[in-house]
Amino acid sequence: MSAAATTLAGSKLAGNKYAPMALGLLSLVVLIALIEGLIRLGVINRFIVPMPSDIIAAFPRVIAEEQVLHRFLLTAGESFAACILVTIFGVGGGVLLYRYHLLRLATETWVAAIAAAPLVLMYPLYLVIFGRSALTIVMMGFSAGLAPIILKTLEGLSGTRRVLINVGKSFNLTPGQQFWKILFPAALPTIFVGLRLGLIFALINIVGVEFLINFGGLGQLINELAERYDLPGTYAAICFVILVSVCVFIIMERLERWLRPVD
Amino acid sequence: MAETGRLSLPATRPLGLPLHPVTALRIAIVVAVVVIWEAVSASGLLYRDVVPSLVAIARALYTTLSDPTFYFHLYTTFYEIGIAMVIGGLSGLAVGILLGGSKFMARAYEAYLYYLGPCPKIIFFPIMIMWFGVGPGSKVAMGAISCFFPVALNVAGGMREIDNVLIRVGRSFRANTWQMVTKIYLPAMRHPVINGVRLGLGVALIGTLLAETKLSNRGIGFLVIQAYSIFNMPQMYALLIILFVIAIGANSLIGRVGGLDQIKHS
Repeated sequence: MSAAATTLAGSKLAGNKYAPMALGLLSLVVLIALIEGLIRLGVINRFIVPMPSDIIAAFPRVIAEEQVLHRFLLTAGESFAACILVTIFGVGGGVLLYRYHLLRLATETWVAAIAAAPLVLMYPLYLVIFGRSALTIVMMGFSAGLAPIILKTLEGLSGTRRVLINVGKSFNLTPGQQFWKILFPAALPTIFVGLRLGLIFALINIVGVEFLINFGGLGQLINELAERYDLPGTYAAICFVILVSVCVFIIMERLERWLRPVD
Repeated sequence: MAETGRLSLPATRPLGLPLHPVTALRIAIVVAVVVIWEAVSASGLLYRDVVPSLVAIARALYTTLSDPTFYFHLYTTFYEIGIAMVIGGLSGLAVGILLGGSKFMARAYEAYLYYLGPCPKIIFFPIMIMWFGVGPGSKVAMGAISCFFPVALNVAGGMREIDNVLIRVGRSFRANTWQMVTKIYLPAMRHPVINGVRLGLGVALIGTLLAETKLSNRGIGFLVIQAYSIFNMPQMYALLIILFVIAIGANSLIGRVGGLDQIKHS
């Protein structure tokens, strides 16, 4: 084949919508097959890395014996509680800072610093304050997700177009009406970006703290299986948590796109 | 992490006031927090030492900072984070350049990075222990995994933003791959790279320290969990203050050194 024909074939492949996706999936399958082969040949120690076929076979066992559905609901419940708290306090905090300009000037940099701080490292402190309970996990998720929502709410409200505010004033809207009819709807897409960020931080922290304190749902499952040295089970549980996280991120992203106005 | 603009304060303060209202409010908030903290500490409402006196925390901070063994643990943590940043940062840079330089590769593999990036990395710790042992190796691995994703995604995004003219100039000079990377790509996308490194440092710090709290006998994370297990609350608060100062300081230092502040203000 000539060089020109090769280039043409290459550009056709690159232009194909499904070719990259297929390559990505194929690479994943080849990698898994390669690991399986290397373990069977004894190149990789099977007591350190279990065979992918064993991991796949462990899925039904882990789901049935380790009450994965119950654990999933537990983690989902903790995440939901944290979500409610961060939404109420995060959006409320953002509105408060928008409403009182002096307070905003005094504290916005502090809130930004808290957003950048590694708050999850405070989990031993939360253990002392709230005990080894679901409350510690929920409060950890709440703390991690709060600052981004405050900042994004503030950004959304501050970014409301002047013309919209003037339209509200020309209609003699009360401050309450101005907020609910003009400011809040205009800021909603940005607030939702904050909610998505905050909820991702909350979810990461919730699963992480469950793992660290060996309490709760899916995070604890990984810890328990690892302590039992159930390698295929541990890997299967990790894959399950990744799948759940990815599904949540995709749903949040779709919701955010749905809420975002068309430019 | 969420990003915000920085508010510029008015240059002058209102006449007749000894302090600018913003400064006065900040001082008032700090004073209120200190008073409430001390009141709760003295009231005995909470279990003993859960909220220790600020004097006790200051004393613990002084004792910790004047203890030579603290610096051994600090060195261990810095060492682990440093190695993690080198491994995770360089591999993230290489993968980012690869994905950012080819639309086909990006469409094939970037989605995996994009969705794996926000997953809680600490769940990989049992695997890292099996692969790299209970020593510093597993902590370095945790830090490297954490750091890899933000660096790779930022570099890939930065590559796509490079002006095509610069790339064509490099090619017209017949620059080889190494020259293209060092003379064209990296200088042109220094801001996304530095931003990725800044985010990567934050998550590498969290990954390494969390791993230390889970299973270790050295490092600042170990000191925090040791203070928890012997219920030495003033020391725990002191260590958390030190950690937060280091994390926030490193974050702003990288931003300042990399000129990210100027971008925000320009």
